[in-house]
Formats: sequence, structure tokens, C-alpha cells
Amino acid sequence: MEEDNLKKDKLIIAKKKFDSRLIVGTGKYKSMSECAKAIKFSGAEIVTVAVRRVNISDKKKPLLMDYIDPKKITYLPNTAGCFNSIDALRTLRLAREIGGWKLVKLEVLGDKTNLFPDMIETLKTTEVLAKEGFRVMVYCNDDPLMAKRLENSGADAIMPLAAPIGSGLGILNKINVQIIRKQTKLPVIIDAGLGQASDATIAMELGCDGVLVNTAIAKAKKPFEMALAFKNAVIAGRQSYNSGRIAKILMGSPSSPTEGII
Amino acid sequence: MKKIKIKVNGKVKTVLNNSKLHDLLKNLNIPIKKVAIELNQEIIDKKRTSNIKLKKDDKIEIVHFIGGG
Repeated sequence: MEEDNLKKDKLIIAKKKFDSRLIVGTGKYKSMSECAKAIKFSGAEIVTVAVRRVNISDKKKPLLMDYIDPKKITYLPNTAGCFNSIDALRTLRLAREIGGWKLVKLEVLGDKTNLFPDMIETLKTTEVLAKEGFRVMVYCNDDPLMAKRLENSGADAIMPLAAPIGSGLGILNKINVQIIRKQTKLPVIIDAGLGQASDATIAMELGCDGVLVNTAIAKAKKPFEMALAFKNAVIAGRQSYNSGRIAKILMGSPSSPTEGII
Repeated sequence: MKKIKIKVNGKVKTVLNNSKLHDLLKNLNIPIKKVAIELNQEIIDKKRTSNIKLKKDDKIEIVHFIGGG
């Protein structure tokens, strides 16, 4: 019975089912082949990608799609580098045009130093995208009120930051993340700021539905091993969450029977 | 034939007046299935590039997916 439950435990985003709860970014790798190999080790079925100009002066430059097959791995186009709604909308409309992608990651930044999201612009953009038929996964602050507003605006997944993008600080506000998880019917994916595999386990133990990791894998000394570590950490965290942890008590409780002591 | 200047991904290019967008993409070796194209900030239907004639000062953006977080 328990084994059956493990198999059935899928991540569902915009009605699509995924076995892996680890989403990985494809930025910051030394090469595209290193990136593709790290994705394999991570077991991720969804990867984030950025929309940028084609290099028209170097016609032989390799393309991401030659290394990561969009038929096998779900591309999640993002709006990284957008600081307002107009740019974010333009970017995602272009992304949709590349290959019909409707599932997208919205990220409107408001602050170049900390890369915190501009939630006013994010909220506005979510509404427009949802009306245009996009399925929007939204990068946001760990603010339960804003998360609720995003849900009401038509978001398909809430993606609160653990800490600033690329900071590696881990989850700074566990209580808010738990409140966000508790109050919404949408999947909650921790996005940004994780530093090591155990951070992913903690996110999953808090009840999150998945995590998105880029820098912690791409910039690790051994990216392939770190990708595998994150894969296992996410599985461990999810299994731990599903298993129902014991209550915390402020005293000792012997693990061996006290009866029959010689 | 008269030559005109247009901008492709921010770079000035000289092409023949009224030449087709389709031919420009072909000359630049663009893998059409893997890109999206904007002409003067409007997204172009990739099936219709042979119907579009280039005009002076047209601004073309050709984008694709690259690695990102």
C-alpha cells in the first residue's frame, strides 16, 4: 500500500503530471554539454530557460535545443532580466511563439542588488498572462498575502523565494513558507536562494510541492554530484513529509523497552 | 535595386528595398523552428515570412532560448 502511494505521488502543475519535484535552471554552466549532463543527474523533467537575441554574427554557435530536447524535457521560459510588466509580457509572448509554450515562469525584478521581485508589476502581469491563456508559475516574495493575490489573479503555481537569487542562504522564513503552503490549493515551488541539498529537503519537509535550483548546482565544485544530491534530497524531503513526522517533546523518551531490564 | 538599412538584433544591415524577410532569415542561417521573430515590436507569424517585404529602418528581433535560471 505504502509503495503504491509513493508511485502515485506526482507533482501536478497546470494539469500536467511530473514524477520529479526538482526543477532546474540552465544558466551559469561552463558549457551546454555540462548543463545537459547535470540535468540528467538531477532527474528534472522541467528546466527553466531564458529568451535572448540570436547571435547573428556567429552562425555556428550551438543552440540549447541541440543539447536539451524539448520533446523530452519541459522547457519553462522565464522573464529573467525583466524589470517591468511590458518587458515581461513581450518576452513571454515571444517565448510562446518559439514553440507554442504556454507554461511559463514569470519573474519581474524590482531591485538590481538583491534581485527581489517587484510584486506590483508581477501581480499586474500575472493577470494579463492568465487572460491570454498562459499557465503562469510566479516567482514572488515569501509574503502570504501576495501569494493569495497571485492565486486570485490566475497563477498556476506560487514560487516564493527562499532567499535572494544566487545567494545560497537557504530558507530564511520557514513560517511564511508554511503559511503560504497551507492557504493555497496551488503547487508551491521554492524558487531561488538554496545553497545545498539539505535546503531542498527542508523545503519539501515544510510541505512544498517542489524546488527550483540553478546556482547551487551549476556553481558547485562538482555540479553532477550536486545535481544527484539535490535529486535525492528532494525525494527524501517529500517522503519525510508524507510519512508524518513525530511530535516534538521537551524530554527524553527511551527507544528500548523499560520492562525486563536486568 | 535600391539598398536600405535595417536593424537586426540591434545591428545595422544593408538589404535590398522590398526584399523578403524570408530571404534575410535564410541568409542569416536562422533555424526558423527554434526562434521567434519581431518586426517593429510586433510578433511575426513564422509561416508568413515570405509575404513580408522589408522597408527602410525596419527593426527586426530574432530570439531563441538560452540557458537561464
